[in-house]
Amino acid sequence: MSTQAPSASRSATDPPPNKKLELLTGRDRAVLAIMVIIPALFVVGLVWLPALISVLLSFTRWNGIGPVSDIDFVGVQNYVDLVTIYPSFFPAVQNNLLWLVVFFFIATPLGMFMAVLLDREIRGSVFYQSALYLPVVLSLALIGFIWQLIYSNDQGLLNAVLGTQIDWFGDADINIYAVLVAASWRHVGYIMLLYLAGLKGIDPALREAAAMDGAGEARTFFSVIFPAMRPINVVVLVITVIEALRAFDIVWVINKGRNGLELLSSLTVSNVIGEASRVGFGSAIATIMLLFSLVFIVIYMISIYGERENR
Amino acid sequence: MSTATVTKDPEVRVAQKRKLTPTRVLLYVFLTTMAVAWLFPVFWAAYNSFRDYAYTAQNGYVSFGGFTLDNYAKAWADGNFAQLFLNSAIITIPAVIVTLFFSTMAAFVLARFSFWFNLPMLILFTAANLLPQQALLIPLFRMFREVGMLDNYLSVIVVHIAFQTGFCTFVLSNFMKALPQSLTEAALVDGASVWRQYWQIILPLCRAPLAALGVLQVTWIYNDFFWAVAFLTSGDKFPITSGLQNLRGQFFTDYNLLSAGSIMVAIPTIVIFFVLQKQFVSGLTLGADKG
Repeated sequence: MSTQAPSASRSATDPPPNKKLELLTGRDRAVLAIMVIIPALFVVGLVWLPALISVLLSFTRWNGIGPVSDIDFVGVQNYVDLVTIYPSFFPAVQNNLLWLVVFFFIATPLGMFMAVLLDREIRGSVFYQSALYLPVVLSLALIGFIWQLIYSNDQGLLNAVLGTQIDWFGDADINIYAVLVAASWRHVGYIMLLYLAGLKGIDPALREAAAMDGAGEARTFFSVIFPAMRPINVVVLVITVIEALRAFDIVWVINKGRNGLELLSSLTVSNVIGEASRVGFGSAIATIMLLFSLVFIVIYMISIYGERENR
Repeated sequence: MSTATVTKDPEVRVAQKRKLTPTRVLLYVFLTTMAVAWLFPVFWAAYNSFRDYAYTAQNGYVSFGGFTLDNYAKAWADGNFAQLFLNSAIITIPAVIVTLFFSTMAAFVLARFSFWFNLPMLILFTAANLLPQQALLIPLFRMFREVGMLDNYLSVIVVHIAFQTGFCTFVLSNFMKALPQSLTEAALVDGASVWRQYWQIILPLCRAPLAALGVLQVTWIYNDFFWAVAFLTSGDKFPITSGLQNLRGQFFTDYNLLSAGSIMVAIPTIVIFFVLQKQFVSGLTLGADKG
């Protein structure tokens, strides 16, 4: 089920191109090879290879400055140290999970809900949609700055309105929640846009059939519309997880991911460009992030490419 | 081409004749509350960016008055914004152009010919875009240091190209697959080279997805914070999104100045939001549309 306009939606069902490969001249073949190899070299050399090296480095001890011959193999010692003596590790895992939970159970459903509301015949729908997705064009770093005006200890709006003196971004007990409100502000609009596109692609006949069967709106949505949007649901799931895992800019802007705002991403970076350069250690955290993301990347790859084999 | 989400369809006009029931009133109240709440943080930054620091320090931020344009002038000068905006352009423009060029080439090969490696290559491209960037920092940092590319725009540019080519190849290959095979078959039989098929037949048909992806990529790369902070060390090389940080370092408590800086940084993307909304939204949803 594709949600694209007719011209492009055929892509999913078309048989694979049956170009006569044997018609190609040697020169054509060489050109084609170059056309795909140059971009592939960039992607392999600057994404996949570094990812692989990160995994390898996680089993070593190295200060990252000396020559490569300085690298000592230490087995799983970095991982043992992570869970036993590194005080920031579990707070970071906890914060990443909290990020995921808030996105998954609050921001993503809210975005979906807004899409469902705005997909109907509503006066000024465009205005409401635009308002909700305005934050999507802003960077998370900028969002960190903009929300400081609301959260600031002495000059922030929130304290002025509530008459409190809370350091929303500074207090280690609450700052992660304050950050999550700001991050969700952006995420809701993003998810809404994806679901609006998904809902537009739903065959109206599905809705009519459900209505004729006497299903209420909620029932129609959950038992007919939602399952029919499976491709979008997978994308949204993957985006939600990956965004929660990749979150970095906003906490780095606030306090470089310390004091209550530890995230796996910020720990990785602190261990490399911080005072003490502990490459093996940072790589162990990076590897954990990679493994976690790969689980969802595989799910996504199967979802978009898996079915093709059967067609 | 793709789902234009933010468009007015005939249904909207039907709705205007519909009677207002209590449920609908409630719906509008809810939607308006949400919209106002969502617009508020940006409005608040814009509002205070036009106010004098001395005035807000004395009367508090929840007040009215003290309007000035000085914050903009000061942020522009103190934050070295002219240079930082130029840096953003130096990074964003080549990165987007090369990304689109690379991904049209790769997508052309993978979508228009049936090689055995098409699927593994597509996975290689698509999955790369989803890896957490921070996990790649250590090897990339060291690699760039080794070849003297640290604190050089080029390091940021090539990493953007590598990351974004994956996503664009995915989107463009879906689009090119949907173009009829007959388009290039005739050319093939006539003996036109594959490069001509790519350059003269397929590429001109990709204007719409290229516009959408171009707008999206400009936004994303302009908005990047991480790679610039990771690879650039001199403050005068930072693109504007990362350089805004310097403004706060110098003037920790002057939130009016920071607001003015934030608004200026946001302006290019806000312009995209208003002027190129259709391209941005379709770029964003293009990748998600494929099932």
